[in-house]
Formats: sequence, C-alpha cells, structure tokens
Amino acid sequence: MDSCLPETAGIAKDTLQVRISRVHKVFTTDTSEVVALKDINLEINSGEFICILGPSGCGKSTLLNAIAGFSLPSSGKLIANGKEVTCPGPDRAMVFQEYALFPWMTVAQNVAFGLEIKKLPKEQIASRVNALLDKFNLHEFRDRFPKDLSGGMKQRVAIARVLALDSPMMLMDEPFGALDALTRRTLQDELLRIWMEFKKTVIFVTHSIQESIYLADRVVVMTYRPGTVKSIVPVVMQHPRDINSPQFISLQKELTHMVMEEQMRYQEDEVILAAGD
Amino acid sequence: MRSKSQMAKQLLHATVLPIGLLVVWELLTRSGIINPQILPAPSKVFLRWIAYAKPLVPYREAHLGFLAWIFSGELPLDLFATSYRVVVGFLIGAGLALPLGLFMGTIDGVYKLFNPLIQILRPIPPIAYIPLAILWFGLGNPPAFFLISLGVFFPVLMNTISGVRNVDSIYLRAAQNLGAGGLTMFVRVILPAATPQILTGLRVGIGVGFICVIVAEMIAVNNGLGFRILEAREFFWSDKIIAGMLTIGLLGLGIDTAMNRLNDYLLRWHRGLDSK
Repeated sequence: MDSCLPETAGIAKDTLQVRISRVHKVFTTDTSEVVALKDINLEINSGEFICILGPSGCGKSTLLNAIAGFSLPSSGKLIANGKEVTCPGPDRAMVFQEYALFPWMTVAQNVAFGLEIKKLPKEQIASRVNALLDKFNLHEFRDRFPKDLSGGMKQRVAIARVLALDSPMMLMDEPFGALDALTRRTLQDELLRIWMEFKKTVIFVTHSIQESIYLADRVVVMTYRPGTVKSIVPVVMQHPRDINSPQFISLQKELTHMVMEEQMRYQEDEVILAAGD
Repeated sequence: MRSKSQMAKQLLHATVLPIGLLVVWELLTRSGIINPQILPAPSKVFLRWIAYAKPLVPYREAHLGFLAWIFSGELPLDLFATSYRVVVGFLIGAGLALPLGLFMGTIDGVYKLFNPLIQILRPIPPIAYIPLAILWFGLGNPPAFFLISLGVFFPVLMNTISGVRNVDSIYLRAAQNLGAGGLTMFVRVILPAATPQILTGLRVGIGVGFICVIVAEMIAVNNGLGFRILEAREFFWSDKIIAGMLTIGLLGLGIDTAMNRLNDYLLRWHRGLDSK
C-alpha cells in the first residue's frame, strides 16, 4: 500500500501532473455492459485549472473517480504525480458534492483529520488548522458540528480539509452544485484565490457551462455515453473574468452548442428507457 | 419563557386524565361496584406501597447506620436486586454482542460464518429458554443472568451489524482519500458513524432485558420485583400486586431516561436531534 501514501515532498515537480492514456471504463452488471469511458487521452500540466464539462451520463464523475483511485480503469494508463494510480490517497485530495464532512467531528477536527493521519506533531497540526480556519473565516465555528453549518460553510470546511493535506492536486466533483447562486459565486472566487496562491493543479467537474468558463484554463468537453473527449477548449482570459464580456459570451455560445448536442443524445436515451418500462 | 399561568395550564392539561381516572377508580371500589379483592382502591394501593417501602424493623432495633436502615425495607431490596440483575445481564449480553457484531459487520467472512446460526437462534424468544436455563444453571441469579443476557444479545448484535454495514460509503471514500488505513478507518470513521444504530440496539436490548428479568424472577428466583408480585398474588394481596407493578414501571422509566441521557450526550452531532 506504499504507493497509496506517497510523501509529496519526494515527488519531482514534473510539468505533467496527470497523464491519462487510452483509458476505458466498462461497468458490467448481470444484464448489461455499460461503456462509461472510451479511449480517454488527456494530459494535464502542473498548476493548470481544468474543468471537465458535460451533461449527465457523460462519465465525468467516473473519470474523476478513476484519477482519485476509487474506481480504476478497465484498461489504459492513469499516471498522476509521477506514479500510476492504484488506490486513493492524499496526493489527489478530493472535494465531494455531498460535502462528506464527518458529522461526528467538529469543524476543527475535520480539518485536522488528514494531518493526524500523517502523524504530524500536535503543535504543527494545531497551527496549520488555525491558519486554515482563519483563512476561510471559520474560526468562530471551529467547535461546531457540521449539522449546524450552511451548505456554503460546509464546502469551505471541505476545501480547508483538503488544503491541509498540501496535496499537489485538487479533485472537485461538482462541489458547488448544491449551493445557491450567490454562495456559488463567492466560493468560486475563493477557490480561484486559493488556486493562484497555492499553485495547485485543479481538476473540476461541472455541468455548468458558465462555471467552467469562469474558472478554467482549459475546458474538456465530454460526449455522452460512451464518454470520450469531444473537445478541449482553452480559455485565455485574465482573472477576474467578466461574464458579460464579448469573449466570455462567444465562448459560452461555442460550449453551449457542443454540450447541447450531447444533452440531446442523453434525452433521447431517457425516452427510450422510459418507453421500455 | 413560559409564564406561571401557562405552566399551570400545561400541568393541568397533562394530569386531568390520570387524576380523573384515579378518582373514578376510587369511587368505583369504595362504593362496592367493583370487588375490592379484584381491584383495590388507589388509596389502599398507596398505603400498601408505603408499607412495602418502609424499613421492616424500627431504627433502634435494626443496629444499622441511618442510610442502611432507610433502605432496608422490602421494596428497596427488591429494587436493588432487580436492577442488579438487569445491569449484569445487560453487561454480559452487550459485552458479547458488541464485539461479535463489530466483527461480523466489518469482515464478511465472519458474517457468513456466524449468520446461519444466528438466524436459527434469533427467533426463539428468551422466555422459551427458561426450562433450559433452570436445567443448566439451577435457581437463583445464574439462570436470571443467562436469560437477561440472551434477551439483550440479539437486538444489540443485529443493530451493531447493521450499523457497521450501513455506514455511508461517502465517508469511507473521503477517509481513504485523506489517507486513512484499515485501523484508523475503523476507529475514527466506521465506529462513530455506526454509533447511532449501535445505541438503538443497546436501548432495545435493555428493554428486552428488563422484560426478561421480571419473568426470570417469577420463575427462578425468590426475591426482586417480579418475584414480589407473584408472591402477592399467591397471598391475594392485590394491592401489593399493583404497587409492585407501579414500581416496575418506575424502574423501567428510570432505565429509559438514563439511556436517553446517554444517547443525547453521545449523539450531540447527529442531525436527527433537535438542535438546541
């Protein structure tokens, strides 16, 4: 299991953070075989902010889970941080859509969890946790349980928990999907600030076209099942980005067109499935 | 803050039915409509209860310290005996069921090994074990402990297994992602996540154990609350029967309250609780 807990200090700062080559993922049940991912080829550079965009059923979460190590590919190679992905680990820290904060731990304990696993000395853990809580304005909530927090606060804690690990990569699976538009915008800006400050590689899954253009250096558009890379669209705009600028709007049109094509195929499938009942 | 008149109103509201029933009961027995042998008046029950609770011997003859004397009556001794049996039986039953449940919930091989036997034994009510218990352990406390722990065992076991198996996989994923290995995962994630269900099992378990102790005392033991009401029936002391039943009810209430306090404390983080 050593390969699952690499010391991030020892990993060479390769310019390529993630290399995905010829990755296939098939889910087999008793009755059917679903090809979730087909021949995915993708290279992600260190410090890039990548958004994976697509409608439901395009396999974007499957791809992220593969990178995270929860669900390995049926074939193909997945290399992250210089090592082949074989299992989950703190070098590919993940923020989930459902927050996944441990409800029996306080905010401070949640943030400290990863550090305690690394067996850091107590004072170091305490100071790291305090610094992160201050950064996210969570200090007055440090002894509260997740049940007392709003969605936005919970997601901040989840991000803080991940940042504590000092992982070179952040995987995010539609983390702001369950939040209202205003909170979402605030957190997007916070995320960008953190990304720029800590120079992490971020792989961000979303179905929101606007969100993907607002955040990403490159947007990877995926096709509906079987999921392949339909197109990779670079976004060359300075932060903070103006959603009303002509460049933004034209990118939005381009991406909407692409995503809607796939969305149609998804909806056709839904009709077929419904008719079959 | 509720005003005094509001509190008085609520108190009245809560007590009007029980007090009304008591009054009707008293009148029915006083007037002879109901045979006082079958159903004695509440006033008689109350007096009998006092007599049941009082020390048996006057203070100067008892040669005991004051506290020991105050609790030397029949009722305190019965109460202590019953409580003692329930607690010991509970500790044995839960002490066996918890570890087994944790193992069976975590390791599939262990589950498959023990499950068939459990499924065969589980439907047999503890009461059906009474003849066997007496055969194996004789009379007195040992068969009582056996029966009570049996009653406690299965609810605790099933709920513990269920609690462990139903831990939301998102927590397991998050913990793996953060680098947690086997033991850390079990102690810091699975166990706390399963605690609500495990506690449910403990509460159900002690409830069943309480039923078992009363039955066991009627059959295999010669003191305790269960024995006392059986004895009262043999002597036609119907007022003592009811007094004994009320005491049993109060003990049950006490156990329940204690378990609820424990529950509330351990599950402060649980979403199901009213957040105060």
